[in-house]
Parts: sequence; structure tokens; C-alpha cells
Amino acid sequence: MKIDDTLGFAFRSLRGYPLRTGLMLLAMAIGVASVVLLTALGEGARRYVTQEFTSLGTHLLIVLPGRSETTGGPPPLLGETPRDLTLEDALALLRSSAVRRVAPVMVGSAPVTRDGLSRETVILGTTAAMAEVRNLSMAQGRFLPAGEASRAEAHCVLGHKLKTELFGNTSPLGRFVRIGERRFRVIGALAPKGQSLGVDISDVAIIPVASASALFNRVSLFRILVQARGRDAIPRAKKAVLDIIRERHDGEDDITVITQDAMLATFDRIFKTLTLAVAGIAAISLAVAGILIMNVMLVAVSQRTGEIGLLKALGAPGGQILRLFLSESAMLSLVGAALGLLLAGGGLLLAERFFPNFPMAAPGWALLAAVGVALASGLVFGVMPARRAARLDPVAALSRR
Amino acid sequence: MICLEQVERVFQVGEETVYALRQVDLTVQPGEYVSIMGPSGSGKSTLLNILGLLDRPDNGVYRLEGIDTTELGERKQADIRRHKIGFIFQFFHLIPRLTAAENVELPLTLAGVAAGQRKARVAEALERLGLADRARHRPDQLSGGQRQRVAIARATIMQPAIILADEPTGNLDRASGNDVIETIEGLNRAGMTVVIVTHDPELGQRTGRQVRMLDGRIEDDRRRAP
Repeated sequence: MKIDDTLGFAFRSLRGYPLRTGLMLLAMAIGVASVVLLTALGEGARRYVTQEFTSLGTHLLIVLPGRSETTGGPPPLLGETPRDLTLEDALALLRSSAVRRVAPVMVGSAPVTRDGLSRETVILGTTAAMAEVRNLSMAQGRFLPAGEASRAEAHCVLGHKLKTELFGNTSPLGRFVRIGERRFRVIGALAPKGQSLGVDISDVAIIPVASASALFNRVSLFRILVQARGRDAIPRAKKAVLDIIRERHDGEDDITVITQDAMLATFDRIFKTLTLAVAGIAAISLAVAGILIMNVMLVAVSQRTGEIGLLKALGAPGGQILRLFLSESAMLSLVGAALGLLLAGGGLLLAERFFPNFPMAAPGWALLAAVGVALASGLVFGVMPARRAARLDPVAALSRR
Repeated sequence: MICLEQVERVFQVGEETVYALRQVDLTVQPGEYVSIMGPSGSGKSTLLNILGLLDRPDNGVYRLEGIDTTELGERKQADIRRHKIGFIFQFFHLIPRLTAAENVELPLTLAGVAAGQRKARVAEALERLGLADRARHRPDQLSGGQRQRVAIARATIMQPAIILADEPTGNLDRASGNDVIETIEGLNRAGMTVVIVTHDPELGQRTGRQVRMLDGRIEDDRRRAP
């Protein structure tokens, strides 16, 4: 029997039992689609986190006051600190050749008022370097001007959301807002950037760090953002930061330095592992589909004993019958896999429509793996029923009607 | 052509050993028209299955055209079934999802005949059996007699030397049964060796040679004077 005739015969026998074939295709399609969609989800999460971290700025080091004594623990974001991190500490970091820019960050909360409108918002006290370090882009006006960091100028930059809520669509440039008890002149508004690692930087007011210090009546910084001169300079910059601060803090290591790249690499690894794990879980559903194929093929063999007996009487050797039934399972798993890919494609399109910010994408290896596993499980689980068919005793098979 | 020597077939049914065939000797010449009759359980179906290489004897030798078939492997036996033997069954054994033409085409497909050639031969066979207008019907759209004629077309499409029929009229009314028998006799006249297993004494009377079986033995073997 020729190969195309074998396939044709298998195809027609699948078409002869549409309900059974349809259900098996559905099972296979769901299995393949879930593998593809779940890996796309994992991959999407990985890309999302990477993208978020990159949007923080490049070659970034984050200096936090306080030091975690146990390695591996989370840095104390709000822990008690033996010594404050001050503006002078931050500026001292510029002494290192590995450091390009330094942006001190002081964080507080205060009402921002304009005419009758008032909002309680996060106030960031920083310097001009912040714009480059954090990749901030302006919608209107300009960022804090470069100059003496210790001068408490009375001007501010508004986040996009804050600007819209206070000024609507009118230009805020040159107008005054009241932050706490002080008046600030608006010199710029940020472009909408949205979430950045959970901190909504569109809902902030940015003022010079010295003004913030006066406003909140304190000198301690929330953190210092340091931009290294390049990727290679990051380790050097980290060491320099530690050295300089230790020197200034009487020989005590009381800060924590996190490098963005290290964090990024860690997240990348975690999410890759996660994606694989999720894909593995989804592959179980493919195996279940394979077992379903086996089950249904076994039923098919016992339903079609008469036909198998007839084929034997017509001179089909056992091997031929084996090939016929294997072709059926192979066809089922291939067509099922194709449907699954379509299903997954549709799902991805839908996801993209509803969550445009979440970059879901199925990696190529996941597609190949899904189809490969589908075909393999179809064939592996198809062997047993096919062998049973091939070994049927023709006399017994024909005597059943 | 067909030569059985001391053929035995034993079945184990629970604790009991059942002799379906006991030392059966039978020789059939090319072109003969033989009926095998006997009560249920007399071994006539087993004999037919052994003649058709669907079953193997436990003892004895079955030679088909001089070849000792008991020595052959499964593939070789399948080859012989494909090219030399045509089966006709009581319950037709048509594949329900295939059309009449596709059912007839099946042996050619299994033998690997090219598609173009197959169509021509199938059309010819259906024409010969008066089924040309039923080619595209499925078995459930055909009457019993038509179904059996489709089965005959299938059995003869490979031009086998031997036709083995197991109660070919057992499931048909009288008129279509007669029809089918005449068709089979036509094949015999064209030179095919025909062996029919039947319960029907009337059908048995028509054959040139009548073999009567009882308890796994050939009880009586008569040739009608030509």
C-alpha cells in the first residue's frame, strides 16, 4: 500500500467518526495552546520586568542607607540607620572616575495646592542629574536646572498626572503652586511615562533637593541613584561608592549598593526558569491529550474489529494495519497541534488587545516543542492500540458483526 | 490446486478440547464449484478459514498451487490472500464510511496499484455487476443484494483464482439470494474456483460437488454427474 493511500485511508476513517475525531482534536489543541500560551505568559513577564528595569535608566546603581547584616536578605528600605545619607555624601561620590552622574533622592509627602485644588502627593527632592539618570522626558518646559545643589530654589517640575489634575489642559509653565507651606514656580511637566517598578512617577512633584530638605526639615536622603560611566565601570563604581561612603562615615559600612544589571540578570534567570516550569506543567496537559488519544484509539480498534478482520482477509499484513492506525494518531496530533497553534495565536492577539503594555510573545522554541511533544505523544500513545489492531486474529475479528 | 492432507484444528474451550477438524483430506481442482454443508459446529467455517489462510491448521499440510502454506510467514500469507483469494461473507463486511466504489477499490489500494488504474478497474467491475449507478452510495444506502454484489465486486477485483464464500445468501431474501448465486456461478463459469459454505440444501444442490461435514470430518463427498 502506498504512503498517500495509507494517509488517505486514515484521513477518511477519521472523517468517518466526526464527533470522536473532533473531541480528540479539541484535547490536543487545548494541550498545545496551553503550552504556547503559558510560555508566552512567562516570556512576557520576563520581558516586562526587563523593560521596566531598563526604563529605570542604564548602568544604574542604587545606594540605600543602612546595611543588611545577613547576605541575601532584602535591603532595609525603611530600617533604622546608624548614619544618615546626606546630600554631601551624594556629591562626594562624583569624585570617582567610574561615576558619571549622581542623583540624590529625598522623598516626602505633602499637599500640592493650586487655587482651590489640592492633592496629597509624593514630593521628590533631587537634582538636575535625575533627568538623565532616570531617562525622564519632558512634555513641557524644562527639568530642574543644573547648578548649586545646595541652593533651595523655589521651582518645581510636575508629573503628568499631577499636572493634568491641577491644571487640566492649560499650560502650567510659570504658574505657582503651593507645596506644603511654600510657593513653587512650575518650570516643567514630565511626559507621561506611566508605572515604573510600581512607583507612579506621573503623580509626583519634583523640587530641588535643598528645597525638599527645608520643606521636610531633614537632611537624610531616601536613596542615591548613581550612573556609572558604562557597563564595564559598574563594579568599579560600586567599589568606589562603598569606599567613599565608608571614608565619610568613619570607616563604617552602613550603606547597601544594588546594581541594576545584577538585579536584571537575576530576574532574567528567575523568569526563564519560571517559563520553563510553566511550560513543563502545560506539557502535562499534552500528555493527558496523548493518553486520551490512546484511549479513543483503543475504543476505535474494538469498534472496528470487523474492518480490521476484513483488511486482513483482503491481504493486509499486520504491519500495514499498524501503519494505518499510527497514521491516524499522527494525523490527529498534527492537526490538533495546528489547531492549538491557531488557538494560541488568537489568545495572544486578544491578550495584546486587552493588555497592550504586557509584551506577551511565544518564543520559537515553545512552538516547536509544543508541536513536537504533541506529535510524539500521539505516536507513542498510538502504538499500543495500533499493535493491538495489527495482532487481531482475523477469524475472531470477522465473526463479530 | 487446493490440497489438504490430514488437517486438524483443535480449539480449547475452557477445560474442554474441541476438535473442529479431524484428519481432513480434501483436494479441489481448478475451476471446481464446491459447496460445503453440514450442521452448525461441524467445522465447515473452520475449514473455509483454513482454506482462506485466515486460520492455520494445528496438524497436517495445506498446499495451495503446490506451495506448502503452513510454512509461510504472516506477510507471505497476506500476499497470497491478496492475490489469489477472494472472500465473500454472510454479513458483507463492507466498510460503512466508504462508498461502494471505495469499498471495491480497497484490495487494489492495499496492493499498491496506481490510483488512475484503480478507478478504471473499479468502474469496470461495478459495471459488470450492474452497480454502476450505485458507485457513490454508501453501504447503508444499498439493499442487501446490492451490498453483497459490491462485496463480490471487491472479492473479484484482484482476479483471484479462488472465491471463498461463507453463507453468501444467509442474510438475503430469496430473490436477491438467487441473484447473488447466479453472479457467483457466473464467476465459476469464467474459470474461478468457488467454494461455498452454506446451510441451504437448495443452494447445495446447484453445485457441481457437495462436501458434507459432521463433527469435524468429511462425511460425504459427491460429484454431480455433469
